[in-house]
Amino acid sequence: MTDVLRASATPNSRPGSLWRRHREWLTPVLLLAPGLILFLLIIVIPTLQSFRLSLYEWDGIGPKTWVGLGNYTELFADPQFLTSLKNNVIWLVLFLIAPVGGLVLALLVNQKIKGIRLAKSLFFMPLVLAPVTVGVVYSWFYDPTFGMMALIFNVFGATAPAILSDPDLVTFGIVAAALWPQVAFCMVLFLAGLNNLDEDVLGAGRVDGAKGFPMFWHVVLPQLRAASFIALTVTVIGALRSFDLIAIMTQGGPYGSSSVLAYQMYEQAIFSYRMGYAAAIATVLFGVMAVFIVFYLSRVMRAEARRER
Amino acid sequence: MSYPFPVQQARPAVRALYPVAIVVVLALWLLPLVAITITSIRSAEDLMVGNYWGWPKSFDLLENYQAVFTQTAMARFFFNSLVITLPTVFFVLILSTMMGFVLARYRFRGNMLLFALLIGGNFIPHQILMIPVRDFMLTIGLYDTPYALILFHTVFQTGFATLFMRNFIADLPPELFEAAKVEGSSPWQVLWHIVTPLVRPALAALGVLIFTFVWNDYFWALVLTQADTVRPVTAGLATLRGQYVTAWNIIAAATVLVAIPPVLMFFLMQRHFVAGLTMGAVKG
Repeated sequence: MTDVLRASATPNSRPGSLWRRHREWLTPVLLLAPGLILFLLIIVIPTLQSFRLSLYEWDGIGPKTWVGLGNYTELFADPQFLTSLKNNVIWLVLFLIAPVGGLVLALLVNQKIKGIRLAKSLFFMPLVLAPVTVGVVYSWFYDPTFGMMALIFNVFGATAPAILSDPDLVTFGIVAAALWPQVAFCMVLFLAGLNNLDEDVLGAGRVDGAKGFPMFWHVVLPQLRAASFIALTVTVIGALRSFDLIAIMTQGGPYGSSSVLAYQMYEQAIFSYRMGYAAAIATVLFGVMAVFIVFYLSRVMRAEARRER
Repeated sequence: MSYPFPVQQARPAVRALYPVAIVVVLALWLLPLVAITITSIRSAEDLMVGNYWGWPKSFDLLENYQAVFTQTAMARFFFNSLVITLPTVFFVLILSTMMGFVLARYRFRGNMLLFALLIGGNFIPHQILMIPVRDFMLTIGLYDTPYALILFHTVFQTGFATLFMRNFIADLPPELFEAAKVEGSSPWQVLWHIVTPLVRPALAALGVLIFTFVWNDYFWALVLTQADTVRPVTAGLATLRGQYVTAWNIIAAATVLVAIPPVLMFFLMQRHFVAGLTMGAVKG
């Protein structure tokens, strides 16, 4: 790189070799430029614009009015905001079932028997379905009169609860649907991890008489650290990003009881034309997620620094 | 040897019952999917008389799926989704190879910052982008056209894809690059003749992943499009549900249709798909 900088510092008199002289540093710049400019334009600048917009009152068309932190003070007194925030916490906590469930399923199918490849593929399948598909599938499954859930309850002589229209159950119903693909995702990650277990370490553990849970906890789990870390990260991010299933299954209802920050933000912007208020909700969500992103980044960066050395 | 234990070495009873256990768990796992598929081949008559789960009076597989294509705008939504998804995959692969190559092979100030920015951008909530991106598309006249979705998805997915390509290219044997340097190859020659042929598996993995992500997107379809002539299948399916409230057999058939392309893609390219998703899960 120092040679490159020196080359670029010397003025060149022969135009024919201009490109040749500078290509060493010009090429990477040209290769980065299109993607980087677009990234700035579509990701970085809009993020900053949203932060700024959260300090204004705006209906999307007319002039913007500066309100300072007004949107935020309103937000923390808004019962709907508190409901959404509470639901985000429920999502986050319940979503932690996904890594555990994924690991259990991965252990179940981590065998070399006939047909296991097909079984694995079928277990993975929910992962590739669109959330919209998952939403419709579960809406149909939960339908209190016609759904398969009603059928199962009827077999036991009970009446199925109307999960999606009960304010106390609705979020749990949606989270259960969302866990379906998320568990599959974690399962894929853990299977990859299990595939790469170090046989020697396992053998050493066995020789030392480790088995059952101690063996799992002290010998196997440490080797699954990378898989666990990624599974946990995608699960937390997935929980906080939840939007599609709520939009398709309940639209936040009944009476906003199943809304989350992401959905409330969308609702405020698209249906109530309160862009500044919506931007404030998005900023809060960003803040919550930033905590996890920074944590993730610091770990990845440390790993990168080790790699450089 | 399979952890926790290889079934082959277990007692005969366990050996015999293990596959049965897997099948039972699998059946429960896929029950909601089975329910929707069964419904998708039922006749309207069955639904009318309340025969939702009994033996169907007739199997209306063809009729129902045909109805989805002829009586609803689903064919159009399908076409829209392809128009949005395929170019996006193409652009993402090109941009991310270019950027990943630079991030992997050049040391410069800001390299790590850029790397961090791409990871961060990959994880942020979409809502923080929503209003400004929508305004931007309106300003440049792309709102409610497929180009808006192509542009947005290309940029958003390029972040993730670049990280992927960067790590893949960084892991290529350094001798290759040293040899090229000795021969005096230009960076373009290195990229074209050395990197491109070697990253094909990575491109395949990324291709299936990006296809699935973009095909399945719902949020941006809602935010950046309005007209039936532009909306992709996910938003189309949601619209359809509003229109055919009671015709569950039609809704079910449409739902299955939306799921087919990613599922098919997954089964055809499973190895690549899994390799793409688990990059970083193994080492790291």
